[in-house]
Amino acid sequence: MTDGKMKSMADILAAHPLFAGLDSETTELLGGCAGNVHFSNGDYLFKVDEPADTFYLLRGGDVALELRMPGRGRLTVQTVHPGAVVGASWILPPYRWRFDARAVGAVRATGVDAACLRTKCDADPSMGYQVMQRFLPVVAERLQTTRLRLLDLYAPPAEVGRAL
Amino acid sequence: MTTAVVAERSVHSGEGGMLPRAFEVRARRPELADCVTLEMAAVDGRPLDFAPGQFTMLYVHGVGEIAISISGDPAADATLVQTVRAVGAVSKAVCNLQEGQRIGVRGPLGTAWPVERAFGKHLMIVAGGLGLAPTRPIIYWALANRDRLKSVAIVYGTRAPDQILYAPQLLGWSNTEGLRVGITVDRAAEDWSGRVGVVTDLVPAMLRDPAETVAMVCGPEIMMRFGAQALLDAGVPAEDIHLSLERNMKCGIGWCGHCQLGPHLICRDGPVFSYPAVRDLMTVWEL
Repeated sequence: MTDGKMKSMADILAAHPLFAGLDSETTELLGGCAGNVHFSNGDYLFKVDEPADTFYLLRGGDVALELRMPGRGRLTVQTVHPGAVVGASWILPPYRWRFDARAVGAVRATGVDAACLRTKCDADPSMGYQVMQRFLPVVAERLQTTRLRLLDLYAPPAEVGRAL
Repeated sequence: MTTAVVAERSVHSGEGGMLPRAFEVRARRPELADCVTLEMAAVDGRPLDFAPGQFTMLYVHGVGEIAISISGDPAADATLVQTVRAVGAVSKAVCNLQEGQRIGVRGPLGTAWPVERAFGKHLMIVAGGLGLAPTRPIIYWALANRDRLKSVAIVYGTRAPDQILYAPQLLGWSNTEGLRVGITVDRAAEDWSGRVGVVTDLVPAMLRDPAETVAMVCGPEIMMRFGAQALLDAGVPAEDIHLSLERNMKCGIGWCGHCQLGPHLICRDGPVFSYPAVRDLMTVWEL
């Protein structure tokens, strides 16, 4: 900050790629549901099956989405990085997390109260539509990259039946 | 000498034709469980002058011949360096060669990465799995030409942490001024603290000025398609995206047609192509 003014939560949301370009009225409304948070290395942003009551807009640091498996420890499903969103299970019932989210190093994020946001989206379908328009590409992108990884493109040819 | 001149001369000279030259294995270095790097020297002492991106046909006597990309330093042409994965009969025989044994070599063959297009620009290398091997000569070249490039980024994706090719070298390059290295893996256990995800996710994060970037992409073909698309989406001009394609090469010099891709013969017109030249062909099932 160079002008000596504190950034409002609406400013912070508007600066995040997820909400960039939204009109100021909408970001003000969204800002009422948001607050800045910090996590230390190894802290959990959330754990599997907990209520999905807060999702995060990552501003600094990395987060690993994981599952624990008996005998194999933590398995990292994906890592997410600054500019990304952590958590999408807040959108649909039963509003519970499907994965653990663990801070890898120090993490700066904006936490968004999911119940608050859902209430505002229900009350203002136009805003809700805009929020969903922002989230759908995130979910679609995750689905597409997951599909690519399912193909196991780097597998040795012998494992996938190619005889070269 | 420009890369284009090297490529042209190698294809049309007699030594780059059908007659193999004898090389001797001077060093053998296991890379991964199924992957070996061989350092070879010509028995006649003449260096094999190649440009980044070119390949040779390696002939194991009594077994057969296989196309393998050159993965060494183009400035160190006294030694031919090639990284091979043991997959079929010939590649397994190549991987099993020991120091002192001989092998037939034809080449260098094929087109080169147009590295000089990156002068005054940012250079991004996007590699997947063993696709790092054909791009390693670009990295050596870039290290020798850093003052003529705005920046160099290596974006590497592979299956798992234990499948990272040239891991010690990647670590060294990540600590080299002017080079940025990003690695991501498809799957990892808890002892991995790096990125997990597809290589295409890492592309936009590592681009600096997309409109001023020249990108070289090598890996499984689907990965290259999505990688090229990620570069395009980020604003890298299509004509500044280059790919190295792979097909079943036999003669290596455009005679037999085994490696045909539409109007192209990969061994003669490639393996390095500009993305616009092959973009539409890469989604045709029959090719």
